[in-house]
Amino acid sequence: MKRVGVLALQGAVREHLQSIEACGAEAMAVKWPKDLEGLDALVLPGGESTTMRRLIDRYGMMEPLREFARMDKPMFGTCAGLILMAGTVVGYEEPHLGIMDVTVERNSFGRQIDSFEADLTIKGIEGTFEAVFIRAPHIVSAGASAEVLCEHNGKIVMARSGQFLGCSFHPELTDDHRIMAYFLRMIPSRTGVVLPN
Amino acid sequence: MSEQGTNRVKRGMAEMQKGGVIMDVVNAEQAKIAEAAGATAVMALERVPSDIRKEGGVARMADTRITEEVMNAVTIPVMAKARIGHIVEARVLEAMGVDYIDESEVLTPADEEFHLLKENYAVPFVCGCRNLGEAARRIGEGASMLRTKGEPGTGNIVEAVRHLRQVNAEVRKVVTMSEDELMTEARNLGASYEFLREVKRLGRLPVVNFAAGGVATPADAALMMELGADGVFVGSGIFKSANPERFARAIVEATTHYQDYKLIAELSKDLGVAMKGIEISTIAAGERMQERGW
Repeated sequence: MKRVGVLALQGAVREHLQSIEACGAEAMAVKWPKDLEGLDALVLPGGESTTMRRLIDRYGMMEPLREFARMDKPMFGTCAGLILMAGTVVGYEEPHLGIMDVTVERNSFGRQIDSFEADLTIKGIEGTFEAVFIRAPHIVSAGASAEVLCEHNGKIVMARSGQFLGCSFHPELTDDHRIMAYFLRMIPSRTGVVLPN
Repeated sequence: MSEQGTNRVKRGMAEMQKGGVIMDVVNAEQAKIAEAAGATAVMALERVPSDIRKEGGVARMADTRITEEVMNAVTIPVMAKARIGHIVEARVLEAMGVDYIDESEVLTPADEEFHLLKENYAVPFVCGCRNLGEAARRIGEGASMLRTKGEPGTGNIVEAVRHLRQVNAEVRKVVTMSEDELMTEARNLGASYEFLREVKRLGRLPVVNFAAGGVATPADAALMMELGADGVFVGSGIFKSANPERFARAIVEATTHYQDYKLIAELSKDLGVAMKGIEISTIAAGERMQERGW
Protein backbone atom coordinates (compact mmCIF):
# COMPACT_ATOMS: atom_id res chain seq x y z
CA MET A 1 0.00 0.00 0.00
CA LYS A 2 1.22 3.49 -0.81
CA ARG A 3 2.13 5.45 2.27
CA VAL A 4 1.48 9.19 2.10
CA GLY A 5 2.29 11.81 4.71
CA VAL A 6 0.57 15.09 5.47
CA LEU A 7 2.65 17.87 6.99
CA ALA A 8 0.78 18.31 10.28
CA LEU A 9 2.17 21.51 11.78
CA GLN A 10 -1.07 23.46 11.28
CA GLY A 11 -4.04 23.66 8.91
CA ALA A 12 -6.41 21.29 7.12
CA VAL A 13 -4.55 18.14 8.09
CA ARG A 14 -7.50 15.91 8.99
CA GLU A 15 -9.22 16.50 5.63
CA HIS A 16 -6.14 15.48 3.65
CA LEU A 17 -5.59 12.38 5.80
CA GLN A 18 -9.21 11.36 5.13
CA SER A 19 -8.86 12.05 1.42
CA ILE A 20 -5.72 9.90 1.17
CA GLU A 21 -7.48 7.05 2.95
CA ALA A 22 -10.56 7.44 0.77
CA CYS A 23 -8.24 6.86 -2.21
CA GLY A 24 -7.00 3.59 -0.72
CA ALA A 25 -3.57 4.68 0.53
CA GLU A 26 -2.16 4.76 4.05
CA ALA A 27 -2.11 8.27 5.58
CA MET A 28 0.39 9.51 8.17
CA ALA A 29 0.62 12.85 10.00
CA VAL A 30 4.12 14.35 9.80
CA LYS A 31 5.28 16.58 12.65
CA TRP A 32 8.97 15.75 12.92
CA PRO A 33 11.77 14.97 10.44
CA LYS A 34 11.75 11.28 11.47
CA ASP A 35 8.09 11.02 10.40
CA LEU A 36 9.22 11.41 6.77
CA GLU A 37 10.95 8.02 6.84
CA GLY A 38 9.25 5.37 4.74
CA LEU A 39 6.84 7.75 3.04
CA ASP A 40 6.19 7.47 -0.69
CA ALA A 41 4.77 10.97 -1.04
CA LEU A 42 3.91 14.06 0.99
CA VAL A 43 1.01 16.52 1.05
CA LEU A 44 1.49 20.09 2.27
CA PRO A 45 -1.97 21.21 3.39
CA GLY A 46 -3.85 24.48 3.37
CA GLY A 47 -3.41 26.67 6.42
CA GLU A 48 -1.29 29.72 7.13
CA SER A 49 2.04 29.61 5.32
CA THR A 50 3.75 32.04 7.72
CA THR A 51 2.83 29.83 10.68
CA MET A 52 3.95 26.63 8.99
CA ARG A 53 7.21 28.25 7.87
CA ARG A 54 8.06 29.32 11.41
CA LEU A 55 7.40 25.83 12.75
CA ILE A 56 9.41 24.27 9.89
CA ASP A 57 12.39 26.45 10.85
CA ARG A 58 11.97 25.96 14.57
CA TYR A 59 11.92 22.16 14.42
CA GLY A 60 14.58 21.58 11.78
CA MET A 61 12.17 20.46 9.05
CA MET A 62 13.54 22.59 6.21
CA GLU A 63 16.46 20.43 5.12
CA PRO A 64 14.63 17.08 5.60
CA LEU A 65 11.76 18.38 3.43
CA ARG A 66 14.17 19.51 0.72
CA GLU A 67 15.95 16.15 0.94
CA PHE A 68 12.57 14.42 0.53
CA ALA A 69 12.07 16.46 -2.63
CA ARG A 70 15.56 15.53 -3.91
CA MET A 71 14.62 11.85 -3.55
CA ASP A 72 12.17 12.42 -6.41
CA LYS A 73 9.22 11.70 -4.16
CA PRO A 74 5.93 13.33 -5.22
CA MET A 75 4.77 16.34 -3.21
CA PHE A 76 1.39 18.05 -3.42
CA GLY A 77 0.72 21.50 -1.99
CA THR A 78 -2.71 23.11 -1.63
CA CYS A 79 -2.93 26.89 -1.06
CA ALA A 80 -0.40 27.49 1.75
CA GLY A 81 1.30 24.24 0.71
CA LEU A 82 1.74 25.60 -2.81
CA ILE A 83 3.28 28.77 -1.36
CA LEU A 84 5.72 26.67 0.68
CA MET A 85 6.78 24.69 -2.41
CA ALA A 86 7.06 27.57 -4.91
CA GLY A 87 10.46 28.53 -6.30
CA THR A 88 9.59 32.23 -6.06
CA VAL A 89 7.07 34.07 -3.91
CA VAL A 90 6.20 37.59 -5.11
CA GLY A 91 7.36 40.21 -2.60
CA TYR A 92 9.73 37.87 -0.76
CA GLU A 93 13.48 37.75 -1.34
CA GLU A 94 13.73 34.06 -0.52
CA PRO A 95 11.25 31.27 -1.22
CA HIS A 96 10.30 28.77 1.49
CA LEU A 97 11.20 25.28 0.27
CA GLY A 98 11.79 26.67 -3.22
CA ILE A 99 11.40 23.29 -4.93
CA MET A 100 8.71 23.85 -7.54
CA ASP A 101 9.31 25.71 -10.77
CA VAL A 102 6.54 28.29 -10.35
CA THR A 103 6.19 31.85 -9.09
CA VAL A 104 3.25 32.45 -6.74
CA GLU A 105 1.65 35.50 -5.25
CA ARG A 106 -0.12 35.33 -1.87
CA ASN A 107 -3.69 36.51 -1.20
CA SER A 108 -3.98 37.43 -4.85
CA PHE A 109 -7.77 37.21 -5.10
CA GLY A 110 -8.25 39.63 -2.17
CA ARG A 111 -9.29 39.21 1.44
CA GLN A 112 -11.63 36.61 2.95
CA ILE A 113 -14.70 38.47 1.73
CA ASP A 114 -13.47 37.91 -1.83
CA SER A 115 -13.00 34.17 -1.28
CA PHE A 116 -15.14 32.09 -3.63
CA GLU A 117 -16.19 28.75 -5.04
CA ALA A 118 -15.88 28.04 -8.76
CA ASP A 119 -16.31 25.13 -11.15
CA LEU A 120 -12.97 24.41 -12.79
CA THR A 121 -11.89 22.43 -15.80
CA ILE A 122 -8.65 20.65 -14.99
CA LYS A 123 -6.36 18.95 -17.48
CA GLY A 124 -6.28 15.22 -16.75
CA ILE A 125 -9.52 15.27 -14.74
CA GLU A 126 -12.82 14.55 -16.45
CA GLY A 127 -15.76 16.89 -16.08
CA THR A 128 -15.69 19.92 -13.80
CA PHE A 129 -14.28 20.24 -10.30
CA GLU A 130 -15.97 22.29 -7.56
CA ALA A 131 -13.09 24.28 -6.11
CA VAL A 132 -13.04 26.35 -2.89
CA PHE A 133 -10.65 29.32 -2.92
CA ILE A 134 -9.87 30.91 0.47
CA ARG A 135 -7.62 33.96 0.58
CA ALA A 136 -6.00 32.08 -2.23
CA PRO A 137 -2.63 32.59 -3.92
CA HIS A 138 -2.26 32.16 -7.66
CA ILE A 139 0.56 31.03 -9.89
CA VAL A 140 1.88 34.18 -11.60
CA SER A 141 4.07 32.19 -13.95
CA ALA A 142 4.95 28.56 -14.49
CA GLY A 143 8.57 27.76 -15.39
CA ALA A 144 9.72 25.81 -18.45
CA SER A 145 9.49 22.50 -16.61
CA ALA A 146 5.97 23.15 -15.34
CA GLU A 147 2.71 22.23 -17.01
CA VAL A 148 -0.32 24.44 -16.38
CA LEU A 149 -3.26 22.19 -15.44
CA CYS A 150 -5.90 24.80 -14.74
CA GLU A 151 -6.65 28.49 -15.10
CA HIS A 152 -9.50 30.50 -13.64
CA ASN A 153 -10.33 33.95 -15.07
CA GLY A 154 -6.91 34.10 -16.69
CA LYS A 155 -5.00 33.16 -13.52
CA ILE A 156 -3.11 29.88 -13.20
CA VAL A 157 -4.53 27.99 -10.23
CA MET A 158 -3.02 24.51 -10.69
CA ALA A 159 0.22 23.25 -12.15
CA ARG A 160 2.55 20.28 -12.15
CA SER A 161 6.31 20.39 -12.39
CA GLY A 162 7.92 16.96 -12.42
CA GLN A 163 6.95 15.22 -9.20
CA PHE A 164 5.48 18.42 -7.73
CA LEU A 165 1.78 19.22 -7.90
CA GLY A 166 0.30 22.46 -6.60
CA CYS A 167 -3.05 24.21 -6.58
CA SER A 168 -4.37 27.52 -5.17
CA PHE A 169 -7.65 26.05 -3.98
CA HIS A 170 -8.67 23.45 -1.38
CA PRO A 171 -9.72 20.07 -2.79
CA GLU A 172 -9.60 18.89 0.85
CA LEU A 173 -12.70 20.96 1.64
CA THR A 174 -14.87 18.89 -0.70
CA ASP A 175 -15.66 15.18 -0.82
CA ASP A 176 -14.29 15.02 -4.35
CA HIS A 177 -11.09 12.96 -4.17
CA ARG A 178 -10.18 13.02 -7.86
CA ILE A 179 -7.24 15.39 -7.47
CA MET A 180 -5.84 13.31 -4.61
CA ALA A 181 -6.26 10.20 -6.77
CA TYR A 182 -4.40 12.02 -9.58
CA PHE A 183 -1.59 12.83 -7.13
CA LEU A 184 -1.39 9.25 -5.86
CA ARG A 185 -0.98 8.08 -9.46
CA MET A 186 2.19 10.22 -9.60
CA ILE A 187 3.83 7.85 -7.11
CA PRO A 188 6.07 5.47 -9.05
CA SER A 189 5.10 1.81 -8.87
CA ARG A 190 7.18 -0.19 -6.42
CA THR A 191 7.29 -3.20 -8.74
CA GLY A 192 10.72 -4.77 -8.62
CA VAL A 193 11.80 -2.63 -5.67
CA VAL A 194 12.76 -4.53 -2.55
CA LEU A 195 11.29 -2.86 0.50
CA PRO A 196 12.62 -3.21 4.01
CA ASN A 197 10.45 -5.37 6.29
CA MET B 1 -20.12 29.43 -11.78
CA SER B 2 -18.31 31.53 -9.21
CA GLU B 3 -19.87 32.35 -5.87
CA GLN B 4 -18.70 34.32 -2.83
CA GLY B 5 -19.74 34.15 0.82
CA THR B 6 -20.92 30.53 0.68
CA ASN B 7 -20.99 28.32 3.76
CA ARG B 8 -18.07 26.31 2.42
CA VAL B 9 -15.99 29.43 1.88
CA LYS B 10 -16.87 30.85 5.31
CA ARG B 11 -16.44 27.62 7.28
CA GLY B 12 -13.44 26.64 5.18
CA MET B 13 -11.55 29.74 6.29
CA ALA B 14 -11.85 28.48 9.89
CA GLU B 15 -10.71 25.01 8.84
CA MET B 16 -7.47 26.61 7.65
CA GLN B 17 -6.91 28.02 11.14
CA LYS B 18 -6.91 24.58 12.78
CA GLY B 19 -4.01 23.72 15.02
CA GLY B 20 -3.25 27.42 15.23
CA VAL B 21 -3.25 30.26 17.73
CA ILE B 22 -5.27 33.45 17.20
CA MET B 23 -3.91 36.34 19.23
CA ASP B 24 -5.57 39.51 20.55
CA VAL B 25 -3.68 42.65 19.50
CA VAL B 26 -4.38 46.33 20.12
CA ASN B 27 -1.99 47.89 17.58
CA ALA B 28 0.12 47.22 14.49
CA GLU B 29 3.27 46.56 16.50
CA GLN B 30 1.64 43.80 18.52
CA ALA B 31 0.14 42.36 15.32
CA LYS B 32 3.63 42.09 13.81
CA ILE B 33 4.94 40.36 16.93
CA ALA B 34 2.04 37.90 16.77
CA GLU B 35 2.60 37.19 13.08
CA ALA B 36 6.34 36.68 13.54
CA ALA B 37 5.63 34.29 16.43
CA GLY B 38 3.49 32.12 14.15
CA ALA B 39 -0.07 33.23 14.96
CA THR B 40 -2.52 31.99 12.32
CA ALA B 41 -4.61 35.17 12.71
CA VAL B 42 -4.88 38.24 14.91
CA MET B 43 -7.90 39.72 16.62
CA ALA B 44 -7.82 43.51 16.48
CA LEU B 45 -9.41 45.25 19.44
CA GLU B 46 -9.08 48.41 21.48
CA ARG B 47 -8.46 46.85 24.88
CA VAL B 48 -7.65 43.26 25.76
CA PRO B 49 -10.25 41.58 27.99
CA SER B 50 -8.27 41.98 31.22
CA ASP B 51 -8.14 45.76 30.68
CA ILE B 52 -11.85 45.87 29.84
CA ARG B 53 -12.47 44.03 33.10
CA LYS B 54 -10.21 46.36 35.07
CA GLU B 55 -11.34 49.66 33.58
CA GLY B 56 -15.03 48.86 33.27
CA GLY B 57 -17.34 51.05 31.21
CA VAL B 58 -18.89 50.07 27.90
CA ALA B 59 -16.63 48.05 25.62
CA ARG B 60 -17.34 48.62 21.94
CA MET B 61 -15.96 47.79 18.51
CA ALA B 62 -12.40 49.15 18.26
CA ASP B 63 -11.67 52.52 16.69
CA THR B 64 -11.59 51.66 12.99
CA ARG B 65 -8.12 53.25 12.74
CA ILE B 66 -6.73 50.48 14.96
CA THR B 67 -8.32 47.74 12.87
CA GLU B 68 -7.15 49.38 9.66
CA GLU B 69 -3.57 49.67 10.92
CA VAL B 70 -3.55 46.04 11.98
CA MET B 71 -4.91 44.99 8.58
CA ASN B 72 -2.14 46.94 6.87
CA ALA B 73 0.56 45.54 9.16
CA VAL B 74 0.19 41.79 8.59
CA THR B 75 -0.51 39.30 5.80
CA ILE B 76 -2.28 36.76 8.04
CA PRO B 77 -6.08 37.05 8.50
CA VAL B 78 -7.39 39.83 10.71
CA MET B 79 -10.44 39.29 12.89
CA ALA B 80 -12.28 42.00 14.80
CA LYS B 81 -14.94 42.09 17.48
CA ALA B 82 -18.45 43.50 17.22
CA ARG B 83 -20.91 43.73 20.12
CA ILE B 84 -23.56 41.01 20.37
CA GLY B 85 -26.49 42.09 18.22
CA HIS B 86 -24.82 45.26 16.93
CA ILE B 87 -25.80 45.09 13.27
CA VAL B 88 -23.99 48.29 12.31
CA GLU B 89 -20.67 47.47 13.98
CA ALA B 90 -20.74 44.15 12.12
CA ARG B 91 -21.61 45.80 8.80
CA VAL B 92 -18.83 48.37 9.31
CA LEU B 93 -16.27 45.63 9.93
CA GLU B 94 -17.55 43.76 6.87
CA ALA B 95 -17.28 46.90 4.76
CA MET B 96 -13.70 47.41 5.98
CA GLY B 97 -12.85 43.93 4.71
CA VAL B 98 -11.88 42.25 7.98
CA ASP B 99 -11.50 38.52 7.43
CA TYR B 100 -13.65 37.30 10.34
CA ILE B 101 -15.96 38.98 12.85
CA ASP B 102 -16.19 37.83 16.45
CA GLU B 103 -19.68 38.57 17.79
CA SER B 104 -18.21 38.72 21.23
CA GLU B 105 -19.39 38.64 24.82
CA VAL B 106 -16.10 40.35 25.70
CA LEU B 107 -17.70 43.57 24.48
CA THR B 108 -20.80 45.00 26.15
CA PRO B 109 -23.85 43.52 24.40
CA ALA B 110 -25.86 45.90 22.22
CA ASP B 111 -28.86 43.59 22.26
CA GLU B 112 -29.72 41.38 25.20
CA GLU B 113 -32.28 39.38 23.30
CA PHE B 114 -31.15 38.89 19.73
CA HIS B 115 -27.82 37.84 18.27
CA LEU B 116 -26.89 38.85 14.73
CA LEU B 117 -28.36 36.91 11.82
CA LYS B 118 -24.93 36.00 10.61
CA GLU B 119 -26.03 34.10 7.52
CA ASN B 120 -26.91 37.47 5.96
CA TYR B 121 -23.27 38.52 5.80
CA ALA B 122 -20.57 37.64 3.28
CA VAL B 123 -17.93 37.84 6.00
CA PRO B 124 -17.74 34.81 8.31
CA PHE B 125 -18.42 34.99 12.06
CA VAL B 126 -17.03 33.28 15.13
CA CYS B 127 -19.16 33.14 18.29
CA GLY B 128 -18.73 31.96 21.85
CA CYS B 129 -20.52 28.98 23.38
CA ARG B 130 -20.67 27.18 26.72
CA ASN B 131 -22.69 24.16 25.68
CA LEU B 132 -24.15 22.42 22.65
CA GLY B 133 -27.39 24.43 22.80
CA GLU B 134 -25.52 27.74 22.48
CA ALA B 135 -23.35 26.21 19.75
CA ALA B 136 -26.47 25.08 17.87
CA ARG B 137 -28.15 28.48 18.11
CA ARG B 138 -25.10 30.38 16.91
CA ILE B 139 -24.57 27.98 14.00
CA GLY B 140 -28.28 28.25 13.26
CA GLU B 141 -27.85 32.02 12.93
CA GLY B 142 -24.96 31.45 10.56
CA ALA B 143 -21.78 31.37 12.66
CA SER B 144 -19.01 29.64 10.71
CA MET B 145 -16.72 29.00 13.65
CA LEU B 146 -17.14 28.57 17.41
CA ARG B 147 -15.01 29.12 20.43
CA THR B 148 -15.66 28.23 24.03
CA LYS B 149 -16.48 31.34 26.04
CA GLY B 150 -14.33 30.53 29.04
CA GLU B 151 -14.02 33.59 31.24
CA PRO B 152 -12.09 36.19 29.23
CA GLY B 153 -9.41 38.35 30.78
CA THR B 154 -8.93 36.16 33.85
CA GLY B 155 -5.89 34.11 32.82
CA ASN B 156 -7.77 31.29 34.54
CA ILE B 157 -8.34 28.23 32.37
CA VAL B 158 -11.05 26.63 34.51
CA GLU B 159 -14.06 28.04 32.65
CA ALA B 160 -12.63 27.26 29.20
CA VAL B 161 -12.07 23.68 30.36
CA ARG B 162 -15.61 23.49 31.74
CA HIS B 163 -17.16 24.76 28.51
CA LEU B 164 -15.10 22.61 26.17
CA ARG B 165 -15.80 19.50 28.22
CA GLN B 166 -19.48 20.38 28.30
CA VAL B 167 -19.74 20.87 24.52
CA ASN B 168 -17.77 17.70 23.79
CA ALA B 169 -19.72 15.60 26.30
CA GLU B 170 -22.98 16.76 24.74
CA VAL B 171 -21.69 15.99 21.24
CA ARG B 172 -20.72 12.48 22.37
CA LYS B 173 -24.15 11.99 23.91
CA VAL B 174 -25.93 13.02 20.71
CA VAL B 175 -23.70 10.74 18.63
CA THR B 176 -24.60 7.71 20.77
CA MET B 177 -28.32 8.50 20.96
CA SER B 178 -30.78 6.63 18.78
CA GLU B 179 -32.60 8.63 16.11
CA ASP B 180 -35.88 8.56 18.01
CA GLU B 181 -34.30 10.24 21.03
CA LEU B 182 -32.98 13.25 19.13
CA MET B 183 -36.15 15.35 19.08
CA THR B 184 -36.42 15.30 22.87
CA GLU B 185 -32.74 16.16 23.17
CA ALA B 186 -33.30 19.02 20.72
CA ARG B 187 -36.03 20.38 22.97
CA ASN B 188 -33.87 19.98 26.08
CA LEU B 189 -30.85 21.72 24.54
CA GLY B 190 -32.78 24.41 22.69
CA ALA B 191 -31.13 23.15 19.51
CA SER B 192 -32.79 22.36 16.21
CA TYR B 193 -33.56 18.73 15.39
CA GLU B 194 -31.80 19.08 12.04
CA PHE B 195 -28.67 20.34 13.77
CA LEU B 196 -28.55 17.35 16.12
CA ARG B 197 -29.04 14.98 13.19
CA GLU B 198 -26.09 16.61 11.47
CA VAL B 199 -23.92 16.30 14.60
CA LYS B 200 -24.89 12.64 14.89
CA ARG B 201 -24.10 11.99 11.23
CA LEU B 202 -20.73 13.77 11.35
CA GLY B 203 -19.75 12.55 14.81
CA ARG B 204 -18.64 16.09 15.63
CA LEU B 205 -19.67 19.75 15.38
CA PRO B 206 -20.16 20.90 11.79
CA VAL B 207 -17.76 23.84 12.31
CA VAL B 208 -14.36 24.34 13.86
CA ASN B 209 -14.38 24.93 17.63
CA PHE B 210 -11.47 26.77 19.25
CA ALA B 211 -10.82 27.23 22.96
CA ALA B 212 -10.87 30.73 24.41
CA GLY B 213 -11.26 32.65 27.63
CA GLY B 214 -8.42 32.01 30.06
CA VAL B 215 -5.41 30.63 28.17
CA ALA B 216 -2.31 32.12 29.83
CA THR B 217 0.53 29.62 29.40
CA PRO B 218 1.87 27.09 26.85
CA ALA B 219 0.56 24.31 29.10
CA ASP B 220 -2.92 25.89 29.10
CA ALA B 221 -2.92 25.94 25.29
CA ALA B 222 -1.75 22.32 25.13
CA LEU B 223 -4.43 21.33 27.67
CA MET B 224 -7.18 22.73 25.48
CA MET B 225 -5.80 20.86 22.46
CA GLU B 226 -5.64 17.69 24.56
CA LEU B 227 -9.32 18.16 25.42
CA GLY B 228 -10.20 18.35 21.74
CA ALA B 229 -10.09 22.04 20.81
CA ASP B 230 -9.28 22.68 17.14
CA GLY B 231 -7.01 25.58 18.13
CA VAL B 232 -6.80 28.38 20.69
CA PHE B 233 -7.53 32.07 21.05
CA VAL B 234 -5.21 33.89 23.42
CA GLY B 235 -6.44 37.25 24.59
CA SER B 236 -4.73 38.96 27.46
CA GLY B 237 -2.36 36.00 28.01
CA ILE B 238 0.30 37.18 25.58
CA PHE B 239 0.56 40.95 25.75
CA LYS B 240 -0.10 41.01 29.51
CA SER B 241 2.80 38.64 30.16
CA ALA B 242 6.32 39.78 31.03
CA ASN B 243 7.75 38.72 27.68
CA PRO B 244 5.06 38.75 24.95
CA GLU B 245 7.37 37.60 22.16
CA ARG B 246 8.51 34.51 24.03
CA PHE B 247 5.04 33.71 25.34
CA ALA B 248 3.61 34.01 21.85
CA ARG B 249 6.20 31.69 20.33
CA ALA B 250 5.94 29.17 23.16
CA ILE B 251 2.14 29.05 22.98
CA VAL B 252 2.25 28.49 19.20
CA GLU B 253 4.73 25.63 19.60
CA ALA B 254 2.88 24.04 22.52
CA THR B 255 -0.33 24.11 20.46
CA THR B 256 1.28 22.24 17.55
CA HIS B 257 3.12 19.73 19.75
CA TYR B 258 0.55 19.51 22.51
CA GLN B 259 1.33 15.93 23.44
CA ASP B 260 5.10 16.39 23.53
CA TYR B 261 5.48 16.98 27.24
CA LYS B 262 9.28 17.22 27.31
CA LEU B 263 9.04 19.93 24.71
CA ILE B 264 6.38 21.78 26.69
CA ALA B 265 8.68 21.56 29.72
CA GLU B 266 11.38 23.29 27.67
CA LEU B 267 8.93 25.86 26.33
CA SER B 268 7.80 26.68 29.86
CA LYS B 269 11.33 27.32 31.14
CA ASP B 270 12.34 30.87 32.15
CA LEU B 271 9.35 32.32 30.35
CA GLY B 272 8.97 35.08 32.88
CA VAL B 273 5.82 36.05 34.67
CA ALA B 274 2.50 35.05 33.10
CA MET B 275 -0.45 37.42 33.40
CA LYS B 276 -1.56 37.65 36.99
CA GLY B 277 -4.96 35.99 36.69
CA ILE B 278 -8.18 36.09 38.66
CA GLU B 279 -9.91 33.41 40.70
CA ILE B 280 -13.41 33.04 39.21
CA SER B 281 -15.27 32.99 42.53
CA THR B 282 -14.06 36.55 43.21
CA ILE B 283 -15.91 37.86 40.14
CA ALA B 284 -19.49 38.88 40.83
CA ALA B 285 -21.96 36.80 38.82
CA GLY B 286 -23.16 39.92 36.97
CA GLU B 287 -19.61 40.66 35.82
CA ARG B 288 -18.96 37.28 34.25
CA MET B 289 -18.68 37.80 30.51
CA GLN B 290 -19.72 34.21 29.82
CA GLU B 291 -23.25 35.03 31.01
CA ARG B 292 -23.68 37.42 28.10
CA GLY B 293 -25.63 36.02 25.14
CA TRP B 294 -27.73 32.90 25.35
